Amino acid sequence: MTLPFAIIAGLTVGSAIAAMSLRNLVHCALSLVLTFAGLAGLYLQLNAEFVGFTQILVYVGAVSILIVFAILLTRSTEPKDEPATVTPWIGIAVAISAFLTMALAVLASPVGKRAASPMGEVSVKTLGQKLMTDYVLPLEVMALLLTAAMLGAVIIAMKDKEGSR
Amino acid sequence: MAELFAKLDALPVTLKHLLMGLLPGATPEWLVSVVSAVLTITPILAVFPLMFALTTVIERKGLGRIQNRIGPNRVGIPLTDIRLYGFGQFIADGIKSLIKEDVVPRAADKVVHFLAPIALLIPVLLTYSVLPFGKSMVPLDLPQTGLLFFFAVGASTELSVFMAGWSSRNKYSLLGAMRAIAQMVSYEIPLILSSLTVVMITGTLSLTAIVQSQSGVHFGFLHNWHLFTPWGLVGFFLFLTAAAAEANRTPFDLPEAESEIIAGYFTEYSGFKFAIFFLAEYLGLFAMCGLGITLFLGGWLPPLNIAPLTWIPSWCWFLGKLSALIVLFIWLRGTLPRLRTDQLMAFAWKFLLPMTLINLVVAALWYLLRDSLPLYARWPLCFAMLAVPYWLLGRGFEAKFTKREYRYA
Amino acid sequence: MLGTGILKGMLETAKNFAGSYHDPARLTTVEYPEQRIASKENARQFPFLVHDTEDPMKGLRCVACQICEKECPPQCIYIVKSKDKRADYKGQMQLYPVTFDIDLSVCMSCQICVEVCPFESIKMDTEFELSNTDRFGGLLVNKHQLAKSNDHYRKIHPSEAAASDAALAVEVAKAQAKAKADVEAKAKAAAEAKAKADAAAAATPVGAVPSAPQPSSPATGPAAAPAA
Ligand code: SF4
Ligand code: SF4
Repeated sequence: MTLPFAIIAGLTVGSAIAAMSLRNLVHCALSLVLTFAGLAGLYLQLNAEFVGFTQILVYVGAVSILIVFAILLTRSTEPKDEPATVTPWIGIAVAISAFLTMALAVLASPVGKRAASPMGEVSVKTLGQKLMTDYVLPLEVMALLLTAAMLGAVIIAMKDKEGSR
Repeated sequence: MAELFAKLDALPVTLKHLLMGLLPGATPEWLVSVVSAVLTITPILAVFPLMFALTTVIERKGLGRIQNRIGPNRVGIPLTDIRLYGFGQFIADGIKSLIKEDVVPRAADKVVHFLAPIALLIPVLLTYSVLPFGKSMVPLDLPQTGLLFFFAVGASTELSVFMAGWSSRNKYSLLGAMRAIAQMVSYEIPLILSSLTVVMITGTLSLTAIVQSQSGVHFGFLHNWHLFTPWGLVGFFLFLTAAAAEANRTPFDLPEAESEIIAGYFTEYSGFKFAIFFLAEYLGLFAMCGLGITLFLGGWLPPLNIAPLTWIPSWCWFLGKLSALIVLFIWLRGTLPRLRTDQLMAFAWKFLLPMTLINLVVAALWYLLRDSLPLYARWPLCFAMLAVPYWLLGRGFEAKFTKREYRYA
Repeated sequence: MLGTGILKGMLETAKNFAGSYHDPARLTTVEYPEQRIASKENARQFPFLVHDTEDPMKGLRCVACQICEKECPPQCIYIVKSKDKRADYKGQMQLYPVTFDIDLSVCMSCQICVEVCPFESIKMDTEFELSNTDRFGGLLVNKHQLAKSNDHYRKIHPSEAAASDAALAVEVAKAQAKAKADVEAKAKAAAEAKAKADAAAAATPVGAVPSAPQPSSPATGPAAAPAA
């Protein structure tokens, strides 16, 4: 474990904990963004430049704004004086089981057993070509999903307008 | 002669090597890399803020002249009559903002309020790390992801704007932040799409490679800048428009419209924090201009490949093009009024976005026809394919801009 | 076409920019402390009190009627009346202000004090460099600082001053005419009174003659009865 990794990992975990435990929703969102940035740092550490910067572009640049807008447009940001989470046990159990499932899946998959990627550095070109050939179906499914989400948003907005008339 | 100029061209690099040579031989490797990084960063941190300082004065003088005024021409050397045509103004402004009281609203979220200007300035400075300022003068050459790095880092400024606006607990700040974010998100799409044409043609995300790809020569003297292709010409202007919106420049300065919401998201900032916002805004503009130069204007390449022009150091060309673009933005600021929010959004989604998409298609066509059609036929064809939609889209748009309905007037 | 308007506008601003270097019509700015433009006749800044004689304090036209003090919208005039009287420009006996202060920081240059003054004694000055380093004492202007000669008034507002002078001349003429009329009337009255007195004096011996013997002669009974 190198020093940069320790710093980035500590930052990521710390900000993730803060994102769960802070009282003010906007503070939570901001900590979550820090977590995203930390993840991007981890990708960069693994020499996955493209994924790392895409993570920043998409999560820090766009998803965070989405979260923040959602918070501001849906409810007041004033912290309320209510007791902390009812019982943390269910949450903890869910988290542990989710983690175990994922860890087992990763351990069982051949990814861990394989030695370092034989291809060396993956260029953006190969990434793009793979996306357009081998993985074109998942890509299209994702595109469809996003389009459907967008249509849904448009329809909700339109209904709103009719109602106000 | 040419050799001397070549030496001048490499001067910054040579200087750095010279300074690195001064390190004792037994220096540990990490220290060497730290010193190297510092030596690379220092000129950037010196040149561009200085340029910002000069731009503030030149902008005010230029705007003054445009408005039949003289502009600042008083501040010179203190205690003397030497006035330096007012170019001491930025020093006075800097001192003023340094010694001004830093007022933080009592209701403000102190931590976020404090972090926002820093979180804005750092990404803006980071964007400079991938710009090639001259021949073999790029601080951080990312052969795989240069352009992506620029946009990724640039996109994270939106969050800083939100932090500033939200933490101030001020309606104007929040409104300004909302406007700024809506505007930045909308204009980022045309910005990226218009740069994508260049990536498509050159097949690389590396900014140095993009500059190199423009070094080919037409007719023996004209450089192969992307500006000289139909898609590049249109793409450059689309890029400039979107860049102006990203940098909150007139006519897209709604986020800080003084006449409507005081100063937008930095209403509640004073003293040096305000200066940091100001600095970050201008540095962002310069970085955008630098990217535009790199993508479309041949980076540090001279316009004509003939002797006296090629002697001028490459970084001089870069800085010269940058200054020209800054002057253009000042000129635009002196000319155009501010858009309304609905016009702003309509312009982004109904004009810029279709145009950039069409431009992408045209660029692809340009690339595919490169062997089957000669240049004199390919150029007008592609240009017509862009000019017609421009005319059609613009016509529908103009009708919108001229018609005004004041419902409550 | 979209964009032509922008180009037109940019051409115009470019013309302005270039023109500002050679065309005075495109650069109207005057660099103030060094260059000044002559002040316009109708300019007004802050009131002053007009005096007519060499000694400003003796010749103030103000009669401390306090109309301006009452009318001033922000209430920035403060006047204390005198106990004694002195002759004004018409020679009439009038009060005069012992104290006349205007608060420079409060005055809004509305000129209402000038409009309401019936004695042409307060006017607006064109002096505009009124800043002061003493923000308490320095901004309260007293009557010594306020007093300025009528010549000054003639210089800064020539036509207005002429009208004011004419009005005063009419007043003086009227006063003189009235004084003359008074004198004449007095003379006439005196003359009349004198004539009356004379007449009375003349009549008295006539009446006295028949009445004098009245008590002295009881024998003239019927003659005394109507007299009683
Ligand atoms: S000018 Fe107006 S405000 Fe000033 S003293 Fe006269 S009445 Fe008052
Ligand atoms: S200035 Fe005029 S109105 Fe004011 S007290 Fe004197 S005479 Fe009266």
